[in-house]
Amino acid sequence: MSSALRREQNRTTVSLLVPALAVIIIFTTIPALTTLSYAFFSWDGFQRGGFNGLENFQKLFAYPYSDQLFAALKHNTIAFVVIMTFQTSLGLLFAYAMFRIKRGLRLYRVVVFLPVIFSLVVVGYLWQALLDPFYGPVNQIITAIGLPEFAKPWLGDTATALPTLMFINLWRWVGFPAIVFLAGLNAINTEYIEAARIDGASEGQIFRKIIFPLLAPSLTIITVLTFIGAYEWFDLPFVLGGSNGSPAGATDTLALMFYRLSFGSIDSGANNVGVGSALGVLIFTLVGLGAAFGSKMLRKREVEQ
Amino acid sequence: MKLLRSKIFFQGVLIINSIMVLLPVFFLLNSSLRESNDFASTPFALARDPYWENYARVWSEGSFGSYFFNSLIITGGSLVLILILALGAGFVLGRYQFKGNNLVFGFILTGMLVPAKLAILPLFIQLKWMGLLDSRLGLILVYTSAALPAAVFIMSGFFRSLPNDLDNAARIDGASEFVLLRRVLVPLVRPGMAIVAIYSAIPIWNDFFLPLVFLQSPEKKTLMQGLTVFFGQYASQWGVLFAGLCLAALPLVVLYLVLSEQFIKGLTAGAVKG
Repeated sequence: MSSALRREQNRTTVSLLVPALAVIIIFTTIPALTTLSYAFFSWDGFQRGGFNGLENFQKLFAYPYSDQLFAALKHNTIAFVVIMTFQTSLGLLFAYAMFRIKRGLRLYRVVVFLPVIFSLVVVGYLWQALLDPFYGPVNQIITAIGLPEFAKPWLGDTATALPTLMFINLWRWVGFPAIVFLAGLNAINTEYIEAARIDGASEGQIFRKIIFPLLAPSLTIITVLTFIGAYEWFDLPFVLGGSNGSPAGATDTLALMFYRLSFGSIDSGANNVGVGSALGVLIFTLVGLGAAFGSKMLRKREVEQ
Repeated sequence: MKLLRSKIFFQGVLIINSIMVLLPVFFLLNSSLRESNDFASTPFALARDPYWENYARVWSEGSFGSYFFNSLIITGGSLVLILILALGAGFVLGRYQFKGNNLVFGFILTGMLVPAKLAILPLFIQLKWMGLLDSRLGLILVYTSAALPAAVFIMSGFFRSLPNDLDNAARIDGASEFVLLRRVLVPLVRPGMAIVAIYSAIPIWNDFFLPLVFLQSPEKKTLMQGLTVFFGQYASQWGVLFAGLCLAALPLVVLYLVLSEQFIKGLTAGAVKG
């Protein structure tokens, strides 16, 4: 390479790379690093006080925060397990169904994925209307088919609020794993499947012994993304239950608690930036370690094709 | 396991799922075209005689138009900035070999690991200090920064896949590096730009969290943030509320119906290889 070209390339490198790097450093890297430091200072509103070591973390694990913390953690964990079980299996079922049929494939793909493009605000309000205790069509259908005792205020009852949120989440998201699994299925070399069929394997055996193991990379990605999504669950609980996780904290999550601590709320009063940051560090560590450990474990069982 | 052999079973599964998806959407559309009182007495009746008044009210009363405009400005502004910066950085990182290339690339990728929500407090204080709180530009910069790592990752992959002869031929013809990028390479990475555009624009259009925290002035509020205000104002005026939801969802749904393949590819770009 001539030295003139090299010099021009150096100039190009600097002028094209610096703006992108500057934006990332100023608006992502610096805030992410300072959020760590915030957890070790005392705060008065948004005014930083002195260094206070691990006091914020101690407060987070003591009354009154500890009750909220463990209740929220429980809800996030339930959300992860339930979403992983139902949303992922249904996504896999839809993907496999689309993989097996020819007729209507394009149309089904568009329909399955449609709710994924909706804003969670729109999805939340739509389902709030559908589930309205008085006017909502869901309860009217339930009553009409002769089960009036099951017509409930789904989002207003502490027993049903969290399961209802998870159902709405499923309605909105299930198309995502479906499309990821479908891409995984289409990447499988069809010779394996044909050969097994010629050898007389049943479709069930082919699915268990060939298709499912070869889908492991897609499953890894979906598991990790579901884990991150479940432990950072915010939008839907916020739209439907507000920042306090109504009713009576039944839909509280770690991210909602983080939001209340950061910016205060009508019920829980003024904010506490120190404890909020400690919780932020905790969530980030939990999600980071979980995702890293999980993907390492899952990757081990992936097979080469 | 006989079930797995029958295509009818799979068709059935997909038809049931399609009904589950489309019925609520149809209900939303139908109810948006009915008078609020009619809806309250018979929620299921069809809107045989569409009542467009709801849409007229949403658009003319209240601040819906201004919310819509703000969302357009913020999403559009972020998108332009993301594409320009990702094209430049993707070009350099994907096509130049220089010391530190991998280091810079690795650094940018770490940006994908940071959830913007958890860095919200320092960002809030920092934006306040920079005079960018309650500002559309501030929000645009935050969205750009959040979307850039993935955008650079996608673009550099597209640049890397182009043959090197292109560059050399253009250079022999006397093209400068910028001309090479703009005239020769950019037209060839358009599919990548489409993926980046969709991957970035949809979460920004749909987001309500960052506007909730960063924008306070009523005249700067975005559509999804504004919907929460709107729902307070028009409580129990069902027809108007449904019309508002439809209008908020409409732009993306229309684009999706036209460009569904690109949407699906764009939104799953982080999870699907190839």
